[in-house]
Amino acid sequence: MKVSNGQWKEALSGKMTESLARELDIYESEIALRKQGKIDERVFAETRLRRGTYGQRYDNGQRHDGSRVQQMAYPSGDLTKGPMTMWDAPGMQRIKIPGGGLNAQQLETLSQLAEEYSDGIAHVTTRQDFQLHYVHIENTPTIMRRLAAVNITTREACGNSVRNVTACPYAGTCRDEVFDVTPYSRVLSRFLMGHPDCQNFGRKFKPAFSGCAQHACGLTNLHDLGFIAVTREENGLEKRGFAVYVGGGLGAVPYQAKLFDSFVPVEEILPLAQSIARIYAKLGEKKNRNRARIKFLVQDLGIAKFKELVLEERKTLPPDPRWTEFVDDAERFEEQPLKPAGEWPAEISEAFKNWVKTNTRPQKQEGYVVVTVTLPLGDITANQLRSLAGIVRRFTRETVRTTVEQNFVIRWVSLSDLPELYQALEAAELAAPGAGTIVDIVTCPGTDTCKLGISSSRGLAAELRKEMEETGAKFDQAVESLHIKISGCYNSCGQHHVADLGFYGVSRKVGNYAVPHFQVVLGGEWEHNAGSYGLPVAAVPSKNVPKVVARLTERYLAGRASGESFQSFVKRSGKVAMKSMLEDLTKPPAGDRSFFSDWGDPREYTLSDHAVGECAGEVVLPVEFELTAAEREVFEAQIAFENEEVERAGKMAYQAMVHAAKALVKVEMPDVNDDPDQIAIEFRRRYFDTQKFWDPFVGGKFASYFFDAHQNAGKPYTFDATRYLIDEAQLFIDAAHSCNNKLSTPVSV
Amino acid sequence: MTLQHVNVKLVVENPAQVDLGPLIPIFHEWIQGQVFDELLLDVADYRHVTGGPGVILIGHQADYSVDNTDHRLGVRYNRKAAFDGSNFQRLEQAVRAALTACQRLEQEPRMGGKLRFNGQEIELFVNDRLLAPNNDASRAAAGPELQTFAKKLFQGGEYSLDYQQDPRRLFGVLMKCSEKLSTSALLQNLS
Repeated sequence: MKVSNGQWKEALSGKMTESLARELDIYESEIALRKQGKIDERVFAETRLRRGTYGQRYDNGQRHDGSRVQQMAYPSGDLTKGPMTMWDAPGMQRIKIPGGGLNAQQLETLSQLAEEYSDGIAHVTTRQDFQLHYVHIENTPTIMRRLAAVNITTREACGNSVRNVTACPYAGTCRDEVFDVTPYSRVLSRFLMGHPDCQNFGRKFKPAFSGCAQHACGLTNLHDLGFIAVTREENGLEKRGFAVYVGGGLGAVPYQAKLFDSFVPVEEILPLAQSIARIYAKLGEKKNRNRARIKFLVQDLGIAKFKELVLEERKTLPPDPRWTEFVDDAERFEEQPLKPAGEWPAEISEAFKNWVKTNTRPQKQEGYVVVTVTLPLGDITANQLRSLAGIVRRFTRETVRTTVEQNFVIRWVSLSDLPELYQALEAAELAAPGAGTIVDIVTCPGTDTCKLGISSSRGLAAELRKEMEETGAKFDQAVESLHIKISGCYNSCGQHHVADLGFYGVSRKVGNYAVPHFQVVLGGEWEHNAGSYGLPVAAVPSKNVPKVVARLTERYLAGRASGESFQSFVKRSGKVAMKSMLEDLTKPPAGDRSFFSDWGDPREYTLSDHAVGECAGEVVLPVEFELTAAEREVFEAQIAFENEEVERAGKMAYQAMVHAAKALVKVEMPDVNDDPDQIAIEFRRRYFDTQKFWDPFVGGKFASYFFDAHQNAGKPYTFDATRYLIDEAQLFIDAAHSCNNKLSTPVSV
Repeated sequence: MTLQHVNVKLVVENPAQVDLGPLIPIFHEWIQGQVFDELLLDVADYRHVTGGPGVILIGHQADYSVDNTDHRLGVRYNRKAAFDGSNFQRLEQAVRAALTACQRLEQEPRMGGKLRFNGQEIELFVNDRLLAPNNDASRAAAGPELQTFAKKLFQGGEYSLDYQQDPRRLFGVLMKCSEKLSTSALLQNLS
């Protein structure tokens, strides 16, 4: 698209390694070949995905414009860049930032790319990456060259590969860390990138590092491979190592990582990661992508067996000097300040004081603080990136990092510089207070740009922020410290499972209309590296979510015991009470059509780009009724589980799935009886084999939850299995709602 | 020097009175109607970013937006696809597109008559740092053509050209006319 694309290669000649330059030349050739039809679209799709070049919403060439589905008349016609992905359709470019670490030049390059190839905004993700949206495929080689020239890669930012290696952004400065994990995260990132043992995974693989166990910053519990810094004494000397966790993950059904080993010496972390990668590549699921993450392998094998296999594999690895050559340098690694240590300023304004309270954190090095730059919804403009580059040059040795809360931190700020730095951030409109508080909402892209989005997570987040700003809400400390995290769908890119108040997008049918909703997920724990996951309480219309937030925070303030956390309050109150607290908000008010569109999007809400939302058919009352009953049953299963009645909870969750399946079967076979075997057979025949129940993006994933549960019915329900079964039951019922909506909505093109 | 990917921003008067909210349904309707020559695709809402790109109507060949970069609210046209012709024709095309969009918004009842071009200030910039690095050489190379274009646009009225001096920013110029001109008059001048 850009006229200058052909000239950048020459302009940047010699500014990157030869091998990288060659890689990018090959990628550019593949683009040319695909345009000529000489590369299969599936092969090309994987090629670009492994370079972080994603599809984006509406890239199948269709978009519902509010009244009909429009076919987008792209200049390249039917040419595709992947199955059902039009060549000219705008896409997303993900940019890996290991550990979130950046320098000023890199910030400036990102600003240029956001301006020249995207929409002027760079978006920080929940895994410390950047994303540029609305990017044309033919601009991506130039984007990659310009990034490579400043030592940034997009390689393996997507696809079935090792994704960005994340790390605590406070590493090296945190008062509670065991040691600085920065050099170890960087060396693992370099080691695994492009490693031959990491090229045959069934799905993606996400590592993370944390310097301590108690804070949230590394989120190791929700990663495929997590490292927490630990030390032990050996021969009178302190020895560095890591507690290694494996098999965590969010997604539709969240899994807590299992402890693999409480102490792995630093010189063993690379071969161990390599061994784990080899076992995952060998034994991990390949065909059924819905069970292909390593969490399923760990769950299926059990952590003891998995560990045994990994350690056997370790013995077979040919030695690699890279395993240990970094160790001495890593021990010595320490960032340096630009300015001498300072003292807290004596006189400060109220605004400055508020900002200091939420946006600064004393370092373990006396006289320095880490400053958080809050970004609304993770967005920063090109101008702000340039300003930030200037600021970090002026006050630090360019020590800036992105965070999993979609912000930046500027490290090594001398206390004496704090007022000036605040002024500089103010001038760049980057001095908003509230970092890590209830207004610092984390959200995935949702329906704005993501193909999988069900509800508008960004629209909701923007509305919540706006309402809090407009009311100028002064929150009680207990409320101020709550975390809100929003995902546009069950996949949890917004990390809703680990929020005090989590929300994920679902749809529900109200009368003849599909209505955007969010499941309210309460009781997740952000601290302790995402210590525990919340469970869904109720689905509420999107437009009622601000009222849900207001009510929950009010009730918490009024009803909490002294010093009681929100998580404890939810647990003490019980899910029945929490659900009943929201009961009147689960339905849209009669006659209010504003509920039929989502936040920030006036189009009438639809479930897909192929279907119009205005239903001409009749509401099938019996199926709606049955699905509601199934929802109630899964809720009761949650309560039973909370009361440690594991066996009963498992049975109820399974029963809820049978009920939902029966509801759909009954639409076609009114005389279906209550026999689960018959229901399963008929459901498979009528809905699974015909793909009527299939999700457009994950296929038969949700149906497989039901079939698995049916197959296992009668066996004892373990604690872990029941926990997962309850989540799966909820997702299956959500999918049954979607299926019912889809089948009762006329399709128009 | 080739001036491709020309951006134009028509600065609006009384920016504090302009509510960007109604732009969202308006832009969605523009997609419904495919009201321009360019293929219109989507709406991006960045109202939450202060001093940001505002609300953008994403297109294939070009984006339209009401943009608040530098806290100068304006109707912006961002040409993404190459445009055949001379530099003069490319400038003309981009300015005409921006004026046409601005005129539509000036006449849009949902904007309540509050979004109006201030009649004097037009920012022009080239969204490609390789084609047009922001330096003296570019200013010298593009200057004569920009002067010629300004003369036609303002039809002999007095004007000034004020170049963006920050080398980190895009090559750009603020064209400021001494008298106020309407979008209609400027479109007429370009015809």
